[in-house]
Amino acid sequence: MTMSILTAPEAISDTRQACYHCGEECRDDVLHADNHDFCCDGCLTVYSVLKESDLCQYYAIEGAQGISPDPAFYKGKYDHLDQPEVHDKMIEFTDGHLTTVYWYLPKMHCSSCIWLLEHLYRLNPAVRSSVVNFPEKKVRITFDAPALRLSELAALLTRIGYEPYLSMDDLSGKKAGKWNRTRLYKIGIAGFAFGNIMMLSFPEYFHLGQNTSDQNLRTLFGILNLALSLPVLFYCAADFYKSAWSALKGRYLNIDAPIALALSCVFLISIYQLATQTGPGYLDSFAGAVFFMLVGRYFQDKTYAGVSFDRDYKSYFPIAISVLNDGIEARKPITDLQKGDRMLVRNEELIPADAVLQSAVAMVDYSFVSGESQPIERRKGDTIYAGGKQKGAAIELEVLREVSQSYLTQLWNNEAFTREKDDANKSLAARINRYFSLIVLGIAAVTFAFWFFVNKNPETAFLAFTTTLLVACPCALLLSSTFTNGNLLSVFSRNRFYPKNAHSIERLARTDAVVFDKTGTITLPDDAEIDFTGEPSTRDELVMIKTLVGQSSHPLSRLIAKHLADVPASRRVLTGFSETSGKGMAAQWGARRVKVGSADWVGAISNAESTGQSSRVYVAIDEVVRGYFTIRSKYRPELPETLSALRQAGIRTYLLSGDRPTDRDLLAPLFGENALLLFNQKPEQKLDFVRGLQREGRHVLMVGDGLNDAGALRQSDVGLAVSDDINNFSPSCDAIVEGNQLSLLPGYIALARSGQRIIRQSFAISLIYNILGLSFAVTGHLSPVIAAILMPVSSITIVAFTTLASNAAARRYLKKLTNVIKRT
Amino acid sequence: MSALYLLIIASLLVALGFLGAFIWSVRKGHYDDDYTPSVRILLDDSEKP
Repeated sequence: MTMSILTAPEAISDTRQACYHCGEECRDDVLHADNHDFCCDGCLTVYSVLKESDLCQYYAIEGAQGISPDPAFYKGKYDHLDQPEVHDKMIEFTDGHLTTVYWYLPKMHCSSCIWLLEHLYRLNPAVRSSVVNFPEKKVRITFDAPALRLSELAALLTRIGYEPYLSMDDLSGKKAGKWNRTRLYKIGIAGFAFGNIMMLSFPEYFHLGQNTSDQNLRTLFGILNLALSLPVLFYCAADFYKSAWSALKGRYLNIDAPIALALSCVFLISIYQLATQTGPGYLDSFAGAVFFMLVGRYFQDKTYAGVSFDRDYKSYFPIAISVLNDGIEARKPITDLQKGDRMLVRNEELIPADAVLQSAVAMVDYSFVSGESQPIERRKGDTIYAGGKQKGAAIELEVLREVSQSYLTQLWNNEAFTREKDDANKSLAARINRYFSLIVLGIAAVTFAFWFFVNKNPETAFLAFTTTLLVACPCALLLSSTFTNGNLLSVFSRNRFYPKNAHSIERLARTDAVVFDKTGTITLPDDAEIDFTGEPSTRDELVMIKTLVGQSSHPLSRLIAKHLADVPASRRVLTGFSETSGKGMAAQWGARRVKVGSADWVGAISNAESTGQSSRVYVAIDEVVRGYFTIRSKYRPELPETLSALRQAGIRTYLLSGDRPTDRDLLAPLFGENALLLFNQKPEQKLDFVRGLQREGRHVLMVGDGLNDAGALRQSDVGLAVSDDINNFSPSCDAIVEGNQLSLLPGYIALARSGQRIIRQSFAISLIYNILGLSFAVTGHLSPVIAAILMPVSSITIVAFTTLASNAAARRYLKKLTNVIKRT
Repeated sequence: MSALYLLIIASLLVALGFLGAFIWSVRKGHYDDDYTPSVRILLDDSEKP
């Protein structure tokens, strides 16, 4: 019998309230204050903080949606920030009085966040100013150092819901580069040079006269053009040369090699013409080409600057941990942790190093490492490996090995993690470009030889050679992949899919096998199917159960509390409450005794405590067992459609799970006939499976949830991490997708494929330009003016085409699928 | 024709001035964030001092 039948119907109507602060539906419990409803104490606290400082205008901003503060926060969490060696690395500037920090606040998400964070001075007068950089989700705070300690500032931010992200990367003193500004300087200078060289070349376009003053002007223009183009060659275009050179050293031609060659040729020929006074040179085309290509690359990089992928495994670890010295608690940076240290790990905290348990009992959740969702019980004296999360009361541990030697680090140092997917030279554009540049060089050389040796006409030979190289300048080709991929990246990220770079898109397009992980990937992380079996309970009894489970932070308790959303929790104080980790809890409700927990705990007779994936939670009132809740994890509702769409596209689907073989009957039909569903897979086995598929010549897309299948993610051609919090991803993946967007996967693949088609089409367009131009150029009929005009025109056509075509493809593949899913 | 030399130098100096202004603005961080200022200007300051 299900719970909904048990619930009185009138209770359902008025319980769907949205929290005034965070806007989430109040699921567990409703708190009232000032005629507003709040879903939790955290939201209420933020509200009262804002109200005290008269910042309630925050709620009036359109789209305002507060953040519930982290419940795991406790006083003293940031105390380590006040230690001098940590303090100095966390701040940007200090004069001993005014101090500036530039912190990353991942929870920043809307315009009202900007407003709130820039009014920090109202919450604490010691804050002088705070300026938000929204795209980077960073805030620069200037404050009076003596009046406000760094730890207090971090605590203030956490209290209003914006927990700063302070990682060990900051500790090791790594500063973000100023690449962004350098690029802008280069673009600015190239643009300046391009414009002015064009202006000074104008008389040349319209054929200057041959008298003395015209000749003097011609010389002056030539010198000025040369002077203007020098910074373009040595500063703006330097990256092309560096990249081409490093590729040549690695014995392959990358996309920059033909560009560097063409630029060099054009520049040298211009100098030759200027020196011998045989012509004005093509410095306008030279500067223009550099300018356009720099703009194209800036556009491309900007689109994926939003997701920074350069974090390493250390980002997952907390930066400091509580250490007990003779019973006195102190915060210590993890890097300083030594063998024999006694650390205190609180509820929901990650165990940062291999350690021996000193407390009586611990419940360790290894879902981070193994994918197993059930916490494991550990007793005093057991060794606990790094990477687990403590669930429940705080535990004491003695460190066995320092952080750098522990298990997780070893896992990450595995070959598959460190091996880069070195295929930059295999990308489509690079492949076409390599042949293209060889062909162009060949044509140019043959043309030159023909005019020079056969026709004995050196002047036309040089003209034809340069116009050939100019007209066939590969920048239109470069732009076609740069702009298509750049535009696709932004389309993808608008649809909550974040590929690492352009190469990931090209690999995604080749995918012909998709391997799914189960836990957290195709199951919903925070939702489960819950049924109640047993005697019907009265409404009062339901209130009792809800109130009792509300006391616990156990995942099963939380799921039951969520399931009983229609039942109000009582404010009544429970007496005689006790919770035994891994067993259950008990409390007095007036004269009645309520027990919720395992079969043993409540005294029920059970021969199948948990059948497969489902777990059972028993309820006993006054020592009489009333029944049990069956909790089974729920699959994402769009899963069947996603899988069938993938199979229709000719892609094979597989399932790998670290869990026990449950729901095989349910899942097997979804994965198609003869589908391979493997259970009880260890991380190495997952990696081997992916490798096996690759040996069969398949291009594997692995969909996983992060660390526990990190090896497989890295081994696969495209590792896709499913995350409901995009700031919480695995560095080994090639792309991240938000959990509820996973259903769009077939659309993403289709879009990536059409992206490759668009690149090929635009290659074809620019080839037509080139062939037309070349056919005139080799005959020596093309004037450099036309060649110089044709080049930017072809670039602009290509940019327009790729942008329009990829936007149209995005509408076709992503919108259509969204509609299909919405309808069903 | 000699006026032309002066004019060319003048025009180059003007253009250099604009390039300098651009570099100055990049250096001052005007291009570090091209989104937040557009939102900030729409947010009212609170009435209370």
